[in-house]
Amino acid sequence: MRTHNSGKSSLGALVMAPIHFLMGILDAPLRWLQRATGIGGMAAFFLMPNMLIFGIFVLLPFFINFAYSMTGGTALFLPDRTFVGAGQYARLFDCRSYLDPGSCAEDTFWTAVKNTAWFVVLQVTLMILVSLVTALILNRDLAARSFWRAVFFFPVLLSPVVVGLIWKWILQRQGLLNFGLYGLGFDPHVWLNDRNWAFAATIGVSIWAHMGFYTLILLAGLQAIPKDLYEAAEMDGTRPARAFWRITLPLLMPNLLVVVVLVLIRAVQIFDEVYVLTGGGPGTSTLYLTQYIYETGFAAQLRNPGLAAAASILMGAVLVVLTLLQLGLGRSEKKGGRK
Amino acid sequence: MSGIVRFLTRRRGGKGWHWTDIVTWAWLIGGLLVMFGPAVWLVGSSFKSPAALAEFPPTILPYVTQKVTVEGYDKPLDLYEATLEDGSTAVLAEVRRIGVVSQMVDPKDPGEIVKVNIAKRTPVREMSFATDNYTEPFTHFDFVRYLWNSVFVTVTATLITLVVNSMAAFALSKYEFRGRTMAMLLILATLMVPLSVIMVPLYSIVSALGLFNNLWGVILPTVATPTGVFILRQYMLTIPDELVDAARMDKASEWQIYWRIILPLTAPALAVLAIFSVVWRWNDFLWPLIVLSRKELYTLQVGLSIYSGELNVQWHFILAMTVVTMIPVVLVFIFLQRFITTGIAGTGLK
Repeated sequence: MRTHNSGKSSLGALVMAPIHFLMGILDAPLRWLQRATGIGGMAAFFLMPNMLIFGIFVLLPFFINFAYSMTGGTALFLPDRTFVGAGQYARLFDCRSYLDPGSCAEDTFWTAVKNTAWFVVLQVTLMILVSLVTALILNRDLAARSFWRAVFFFPVLLSPVVVGLIWKWILQRQGLLNFGLYGLGFDPHVWLNDRNWAFAATIGVSIWAHMGFYTLILLAGLQAIPKDLYEAAEMDGTRPARAFWRITLPLLMPNLLVVVVLVLIRAVQIFDEVYVLTGGGPGTSTLYLTQYIYETGFAAQLRNPGLAAAASILMGAVLVVLTLLQLGLGRSEKKGGRK
Repeated sequence: MSGIVRFLTRRRGGKGWHWTDIVTWAWLIGGLLVMFGPAVWLVGSSFKSPAALAEFPPTILPYVTQKVTVEGYDKPLDLYEATLEDGSTAVLAEVRRIGVVSQMVDPKDPGEIVKVNIAKRTPVREMSFATDNYTEPFTHFDFVRYLWNSVFVTVTATLITLVVNSMAAFALSKYEFRGRTMAMLLILATLMVPLSVIMVPLYSIVSALGLFNNLWGVILPTVATPTGVFILRQYMLTIPDELVDAARMDKASEWQIYWRIILPLTAPALAVLAIFSVVWRWNDFLWPLIVLSRKELYTLQVGLSIYSGELNVQWHFILAMTVVTMIPVVLVFIFLQRFITTGIAGTGLK
């Protein structure tokens, strides 16, 4: 595949020549295929590679995940594993009190569930607020708007590992934050060694990294609202706050719902930045579900793929419920929208 | 200058300052600092020597203590500005330090040793960019290997993504067949099956195919992106079917129609997908972390996370490597940001 690189850019005939050559060679056998199978067969041919990859790497794992979650032992391949029925689920749910992770057989799982739940609630709320305010501000009559939009969008493209390292460096003992506080007369603090600050840092950093993306979607929604609605409201002497609640928010609802779904789904699966920033620590204070699954399935001394599979199915179920809930809300919103 | 002042004091419709104007500008300036500040600080830090990195309070610009070679001493000595007993100050080189007393010599007259309390001397510093941080990892950390692995994965996966996704999009937009809607729904449904939900069985499948500890094991599961099929199909739907029919009249084969007619017309959408794909694959972390366990196969992201998680983090190297890892993405951001933002705003997909 690498011989004819960057066919996507127009680097001129020199680059295109080998591609044309390759595609030309493929033409003869494909003509033969077309004669043999007809045009319908060609449709299947075009669809095939994509569906094959989906089948092998998405659908197949999706279905055998259920089988995995019902087996035990440390063997990797399914036929070598012993059937334990609902044993893994029973182990995950073996708790004296669900509110106290310490009373559970799988206490790290419940710690991860509790941490993730708090993370989702706080991060999603703050993320929506921050993105919405930013989108409203960017939607104003600003000089150099595309520059300001770029400012907030910039971290979205950074890799989660880079994001994690940037902030790990800022929150170091001799980092920028302590430097700033030192200037104001405070003592330096090792932020990531403090359970609460580390937790807050994971929320703040994930908002910093992704808010630009959601701001963009909300901004597109705001710009689609006809300006004459606001002019009419102003003519009627409507106060700006009322215009916001009565015009902006209802008309922004479709985009807002999309954003809420996306933020929720991503928050439940949070992993990369946090893994680099805190590694789940200190202790287990920033251990979230995906990291629990990763460590149980791959990184722990005693790997337990069955338990990891069961936990991942529970997480998948939560994601499906959240999505359906939002889809349902979106529909009722549309029905009840015309008042 | 007057332009800047006018720009800064622009008001809503020529009226006076409204409280929302103040909030707006506070938010924007604050955003500028919070968004760019950390990255700029990282880049600045990456040019500091290990000694300067360990300092608190840190300096904004990279400084090192000036050194001087003095006759009679093998190693270059640190230069200090010392306050002498008679109250005068002199620039002296430190020979050794014993307790709180520093033994110093005058670089021009190295015969006589002067004893100075360490509280009474300050280092003479000069600005210096520690470019070693950038050059050394190339020999030190298999850094070139990681860079190459990342480039290989990114380029290969993007090319395959473009071919495979555009073929599927072509089938789904220009052919009528039973199960077409079904296939489209199936593809979109895979959006709902994230890696974190299927990573255990996916790992066993990739291992069974012999792709564990193999860069192709990183590439193949990622290339059939539902987002890509969706973007390309939406775009191909806008290409009139008459073009396809006319080509068939002229005895063009279906394959020729795909790559001679449809693909060139889809170029803008392909460009958007290519940009997305490069950023996705360059930034991928969890899956390469699972599939690659041999050091020489690490991608940049995996290598960085492993080295930064060590007990004794060599921050001066990590920072420089992080900056190098940022470069392609920053280039994409500077030159292609417009494509990405319109792509996101148009589809709501990332």
